[in-house]
Amino acid sequence: MTQAVITSRYGDWEPVIGLEIHAQLGTQTKLFCACETSFGDPPNVHTCPVCLGLPGALPVLNRQAVKMAIAASLALGCKVHEKSIFARKNYFYPDLPKGYQISQFDQPLATGGTLDIEADLGARTVGITRVHMEEDAGKNIHGDQHSRVDLNRAGTPLVEIVGEPDLRSPAEARDYMRRVRDVLIFLGVNDGNLEQGSFRCDANVSVRKPGASNFGTRVEMKNINSFRFVEEALDGEIHRQIRLIERGEVFKQQTRGYNADKKHSYLLREKENEDDYRYFPDPDLPPLVIETRLITEQRESLPELPADKQRRYTKELGLSDYAAGVLTAHPATARFFEATVATGATAERASNFIGAEILRDLKTDGLDAQFPVSPEQLGALLALVEAGTISGKQAKKLYGDVAGTDRDPASRAKELGMEVMRDEGALEKLVGEIVSKNAKQAEQYRAGKTKLLGFFVGQLMKATRGSADPELANALLRAALEQDTKDR
Amino acid sequence: MSPKLLPRSVVEIAASVRGGEVSAESITQASLDAVAARDGQLGGFLSVAADLALQRARDIDLRRERGETLGPLAGVPIALKDALCTKDQPTTSGSRILAQGIDQQGRAIDPWRPPYDATVVARLRAADAVFIGKSNLDEFAMGSSNENSAFRLARNPWNLDRTPGGSSGGSAVAVAGRMTAGALGSDTGGSVRQPAALTGTVGVKPSYGRVSRYGLIAFASSFDQVGPITHDVASSAAMLQIIAGADPADGTTTHHRVGAYREACSRGVAGMRIGVPAEYFADGLDDEVAAQVRRAIAALEENGASISNIELPHTRHAVATYYILATAECSSNLSRFDGVRFGHRAHGSQTLREVYETTRGGGFGPEVKRRIMLGTYVLSAGYYDAYYRRAQQVRTLIRRDFEHAFQSVDLIATPVSPTVAFPLGSKLDDPLAMYLADVYTLPASLAGIAAISVPCGLGSASGLPVGLQIIAPSFAEEQMFQAAQVVEDTAPDREVIPQACQS
Ligand SMILES: [Zn+2]
Repeated sequence: MTQAVITSRYGDWEPVIGLEIHAQLGTQTKLFCACETSFGDPPNVHTCPVCLGLPGALPVLNRQAVKMAIAASLALGCKVHEKSIFARKNYFYPDLPKGYQISQFDQPLATGGTLDIEADLGARTVGITRVHMEEDAGKNIHGDQHSRVDLNRAGTPLVEIVGEPDLRSPAEARDYMRRVRDVLIFLGVNDGNLEQGSFRCDANVSVRKPGASNFGTRVEMKNINSFRFVEEALDGEIHRQIRLIERGEVFKQQTRGYNADKKHSYLLREKENEDDYRYFPDPDLPPLVIETRLITEQRESLPELPADKQRRYTKELGLSDYAAGVLTAHPATARFFEATVATGATAERASNFIGAEILRDLKTDGLDAQFPVSPEQLGALLALVEAGTISGKQAKKLYGDVAGTDRDPASRAKELGMEVMRDEGALEKLVGEIVSKNAKQAEQYRAGKTKLLGFFVGQLMKATRGSADPELANALLRAALEQDTKDR
Repeated sequence: MSPKLLPRSVVEIAASVRGGEVSAESITQASLDAVAARDGQLGGFLSVAADLALQRARDIDLRRERGETLGPLAGVPIALKDALCTKDQPTTSGSRILAQGIDQQGRAIDPWRPPYDATVVARLRAADAVFIGKSNLDEFAMGSSNENSAFRLARNPWNLDRTPGGSSGGSAVAVAGRMTAGALGSDTGGSVRQPAALTGTVGVKPSYGRVSRYGLIAFASSFDQVGPITHDVASSAAMLQIIAGADPADGTTTHHRVGAYREACSRGVAGMRIGVPAEYFADGLDDEVAAQVRRAIAALEENGASISNIELPHTRHAVATYYILATAECSSNLSRFDGVRFGHRAHGSQTLREVYETTRGGGFGPEVKRRIMLGTYVLSAGYYDAYYRRAQQVRTLIRRDFEHAFQSVDLIATPVSPTVAFPLGSKLDDPLAMYLADVYTLPASLAGIAAISVPCGLGSASGLPVGLQIIAPSFAEEQMFQAAQVVEDTAPDREVIPQACQS
């Protein structure tokens, strides 16, 4: 992968970071049974003999989950293997009903992908080791007297995306994590919800001297569930490791948790105390054989990914990097933007209005989004602006009027009497009044503080309730202010 | 007063119930009477569902009177190995870990009642079979003598001091003891075929993938197959016909066509090529067993089959291979018995670890623990390659042995067990000797191919039943039944009734 420029932030130490991301696949049903995948319901209502791990029950693979996992693998540039194997990862825990998790081990679904990132070290391409499928565990709920187990989540399909140790700074880790999430949500296979845990991240981190060929002792940071915490936790851990090494202390390969409130990490377990998971192929599930046709189909139906969209928005639609970033932050926003442009609105006008007004009122819940107006309504509204029928200021007011309704912007503009004021006589009169009322400011303007023109435009807009034709207003005000100069 | 002996044939019972010559209720009652008369001694059952069975039988009779067409197994009394899940009915797999205790009579106290039926149970029910009860077994189907049952000893109806075999010992006892016409067992390394051979019954291990495992409490998933035990070949064919076929709930079942097994039974063996592997007639095979097996093979030849010697060179590795792979799978399969969601949970534990240790320590018997430990060991980091991976490679070699043999023969004939039924207690202290009881049945299990055990006479010294094993390629159950029927038709001593059923 491309060579990173080493930051000076950690002195002459180079951090080496790799992320393991667990993302829930947004299927209707669980990975190996027909139970609904749904959250926030009373405990254990979405369970059956299979996901309860009852004696005699057998798993049957959910084909929809396979398709989603293939899409994710392809979008991350991985090679999807014709044959992969489900394996059992054996360990005891109350939230793991069968005493083993069905996962993939030495023959995963897909391997060898890449992702382009851009953070503090510039634009780089980093590697993705593998993408594999597995089932989620349930949840233990600890009380004073008892611990309880909720298995609604047990058996929910996950993809685990294992990144190469190619990341060289916490900021890169954060950017990588965000980009993986963006890819998954644009595919529609994950809702990107970090708080609810449908997108989770573990990080492996070590430090070494730049140019060293070996990695330092690795620490795994468990369950860091926000973009900010990833950056904070890694930064803290890197400093901790450097401190230890510089003090000449030796530390063991270990797993640590992160306390976001106290901003410090704590030891969970050291390597030698880790379970031996005794992986072996699950004899209940035949090898997963994926026909080339299915891979081709999935490849052909891949939607435009966020990075490509951003590139297109800037290169072809002429938007700024910032605007393109805002519009591609959520797939629904990008869809809304594109649908608005499809009604005939210019990309710039649509982008500006969405950025300034719509996003403020946008409600998202995972992949679902509720826009205050339809793209057609916004298109109609922007068409009125484009035609000069209403002013920008009126457009905002009109938007407030039609938001949350199915009103037609054009007819509402008429009903509300919204029209750009172009009556030169009436405007001239108002301009005269404003200039004389604000003699002090007019004085300053004439003295060279021409920026004050904006103040006068504001006053005129106020007086016309935003309906004055902006160009005409500018011209009349400038003329009036400069006229006075000559008069003197 | 001794109840009239239950008819032997599943096929005949179903025909007479369907034809209205006999009521399902009277057959069920005869079956229940036989259980009441003999099972105290025989130990074939872990639970009996008398009321439910009678109610079911009356319902079948009523439906016949209303003119409805009854299912192909109408009114046939069946015993179900207690490793098969039966909805709301006691299901223990022979283990105290699925019960809250054991009473004085060796009955499970408050046993686990699954919320669902195994697919094979549902299919038999849909065919109008009547379930008499759940039959005894070695705990989690691990054993060859039924002595590993946590609940009660099962005895061989031919000689009460001898084992009926295992692990489906209770199923074989139910049929051989004339308590039911048929039974379902499960065969992992010989658990249907060996007890069938030792009790003079027919037992089928279908090809892997032929019969659904959904609802069979797993021992070793890549070996387990459910199969029938009956008095005669045609009855086994009739039962397999019902339970065979793809099941959407079991991804390891296949869509191969289900054969016409009953019809196949009458086709004979003329022109069939049958191979006899030298490896199965070496040291350790009792003379009286060898004699009857050779006689049966000669009878097949007399009926038109051509007999040839074949080689299955990797046979000698079968026992070691099996006990690595099967224990590996069982160590993982039995992890779910953790006391958290069902069955026995040790009380008074202070920590999670204690819950696991006391629940499993007190719930599992010694043989189950031995196999969990063996299996855990062979899967452990550092040992996996030497044991599990190597054993998988040998399994492939054993499978290839058979593939190679089946290029020149249609079927293979061998003994089922090296000895007739051995005395109870004789191998209890020697697990390795017990494991060798399965030496002739393990290879077909490793290869995943079909096999049947057919009675072929009584041993000249012991007077106890001897079984012949017919091994067929995967999904060639039809040919297997063809030959099995000929073996049955030419077997001596067919009318001898087991000692326990004579009084
Ligand atoms: Zn379920």
